[in-house]
Amino acid sequence: MANPIGNGTATSTDRPILDIQKLNKFFGGLRAVNDFNLTIKPGELVGLIGPNGAGKTTVFNLITGIYAPSSGDIHFLGQSIAGLEPFEITQRGIARTFQNIRLFPNLTVLDNVRIAYHFHAGYGLFDAILRNPRFYAQEKELTERAQDFLAIFKLDRVQNELAVNLPYGEQRRVEIARALASNPRLLLLDEPAAGMNPNEILNLMELIRFIRERFNLTILLIEHQMRVVMGICEWITVMDFGEVIARGTPKEIQNNERVIEAYLGRGTAHVA
Amino acid sequence: MELGFLLGSVVKIVAVLGWLYGLLQVMAHASRWVKIAGIVIAFGIIQIAFSLRIGNQAILNDFDAGLLFQACTMAMVALGLNLIYGFNGQFSLGQWGFYGLGAYAAAYVTYKWFNDRTSSALFVLLIGVVLAGLVILGLRRFLGRYYNLPVLSAFTLYLIGSAAAAAVAVFAGNGIASIVDPLFGTKEAPGLLSSDVALQVVFLLAVICAGIFAAEVSFLFGLPVLSLGSDYFGIATLGFSIVINTLMVNSDTILPFPEMKGGRGMIGIPKLTTWFWVFAFLLLVIVIMRNVIHSSVGRAILSVREDETAAKAMGIDVAGNKLLAFVIGSLFAGLGGGIYAHYIGFLSPGTFSFLAGFNPLIVVVFGGLGSMTGTLAASFGWMFFLEGLLRVLLGQLGTEAPTWRFVLYPIALLLLMLLRPQGLLGKTEWGFLRAPQVKPRPPANPTSDARPAASIAPAAR
Repeated sequence: MANPIGNGTATSTDRPILDIQKLNKFFGGLRAVNDFNLTIKPGELVGLIGPNGAGKTTVFNLITGIYAPSSGDIHFLGQSIAGLEPFEITQRGIARTFQNIRLFPNLTVLDNVRIAYHFHAGYGLFDAILRNPRFYAQEKELTERAQDFLAIFKLDRVQNELAVNLPYGEQRRVEIARALASNPRLLLLDEPAAGMNPNEILNLMELIRFIRERFNLTILLIEHQMRVVMGICEWITVMDFGEVIARGTPKEIQNNERVIEAYLGRGTAHVA
Repeated sequence: MELGFLLGSVVKIVAVLGWLYGLLQVMAHASRWVKIAGIVIAFGIIQIAFSLRIGNQAILNDFDAGLLFQACTMAMVALGLNLIYGFNGQFSLGQWGFYGLGAYAAAYVTYKWFNDRTSSALFVLLIGVVLAGLVILGLRRFLGRYYNLPVLSAFTLYLIGSAAAAAVAVFAGNGIASIVDPLFGTKEAPGLLSSDVALQVVFLLAVICAGIFAAEVSFLFGLPVLSLGSDYFGIATLGFSIVINTLMVNSDTILPFPEMKGGRGMIGIPKLTTWFWVFAFLLLVIVIMRNVIHSSVGRAILSVREDETAAKAMGIDVAGNKLLAFVIGSLFAGLGGGIYAHYIGFLSPGTFSFLAGFNPLIVVVFGGLGSMTGTLAASFGWMFFLEGLLRVLLGQLGTEAPTWRFVLYPIALLLLMLLRPQGLLGKTEWGFLRAPQVKPRPPANPTSDARPAASIAPAAR
């Protein structure tokens, strides 16, 4: 019933970009993530879905290093990243957005994006204090790159606004722009469509397709909006109670009995 | 007389704030020569005001000079605290401890030089801070390669390294001093090192070394403690202030520094602080602060205050940036302490009690968290209004009446919190301290970027 992903696809010969093996996370006696396996190949757009409390965000927090795994291993581009600090994982090329938008509220939109460039700013503390030519050159380049980024996302006209003053949809786009500014290979989106109206959701789907092509990205996304998941994901992994209960294409998942059961309950599964 | 004094004091407060505004404006000027000329004029105006007399009164008398000097040292400590608390979001009550540390360290060096005619203290401190600095920087680079080293293990290594550096410094410093000291000559035939120029150089070195010393101590202290949350960090730094104060009170009994005279206070520190040095060090602190804040490093420091989790996800080393802000802030406090010690000439542990340690905090909150201009203006306003005007006015009512100030400060602070929680100046920055304005880029030429962007344009609202 659960089809392992990758068999017979065009990208199957590529090395996986993300390879999670037997990942476990316990919170005290609670098994939040149980023997979780996931392999993502370069360029794929993979959805991670499941009922509330299934452990999806915990998986994100494990990948990005906010939690350390209880056991198991995470390989990114062939190297183990389990147990690294979050900022080191970001510097290796994994960026994320958050379920509840986490911008730097009292900084301008431009500064929000410029912060993501910090670790490849190209100058250090002493260059900044001395204001040497290297500082001016790098700071100018950094600012221009950030502005180009904002232009791509149609945010250039609000660059000097404080992030907290933007409407919700624009805050989402700033968050995605900021994540992309750190130049990731793999982008993790945690419920990007949460709280959006149907029109904004259409825009968001368009945006995700666009950034994927434009930045040559691999994307893993958590989403509750089935329209988004079924509309753009190539592969879907379904979790319930910390375990993977199904994998497959959107079509396979739609007809998977265990998935329907997890979402709607056993009784209704037979009715459906 | 009283009305005249009142009027004069108000004029002085306004004039000093105007002077500060002018200085910051001229420092923002595009031309380098205008900048330099402006700074020299700003220095000169005050210098002339000290000696220029109207009738038999100097425009700025000794009392005003004292207020001005203390306002400048307060500004250094408070700017450092603002970096830590206002910009980085870490609540520190320890800055007064680092201020005291800087004051005592610098004072001890010049005291030994001036009174005991020995260079041992200078060389021990100089070699100590240089070696410890090298050890800390070297270890940091080395340890950076080994991930997952627990904080306390790293701390132990740093501590051992610094202690070794200190031991070497004591040994080498005393050795060098025994070779150099004959150059002092005798009382009758003063040698090379007894000259005034040598004393000035020693003073400069002592203040800088004291600042670096405070910064290194703050690194060792902050490394384990900054991993606590902000509130716990505040309590821990309060503890640090108390530890430093206890050591000061007992410096002649449990520490081998009889010259510091413990609770009786250290007397006989040469009064070497002139307006030139105060101005130069304040300028140095302002420039460093502004250059750090308006750079990528400053944005990283700010991002930690705004949202630690998001900062981590953006590749910011949160622990490292907390430590950086704390170390720079403590450097400022140490420099301020060194300047203060050589202005006042007398150090008493009472000055550095933890209650007085709330003063910079009050200044920072008054001026506005995250506002450099606010901190500067509040430091000057604080000294001239509360310590200057109010003290003298209350003094007219009775000898004990000035104590009412300590009732009035908190009430003023309460009112401010209620009426203007963002501080007196909010986010306003003057001239030099303002963030460089980034203009929107002209519409990009129709490259491949432009077209797809159109398709993700937000829906019309």
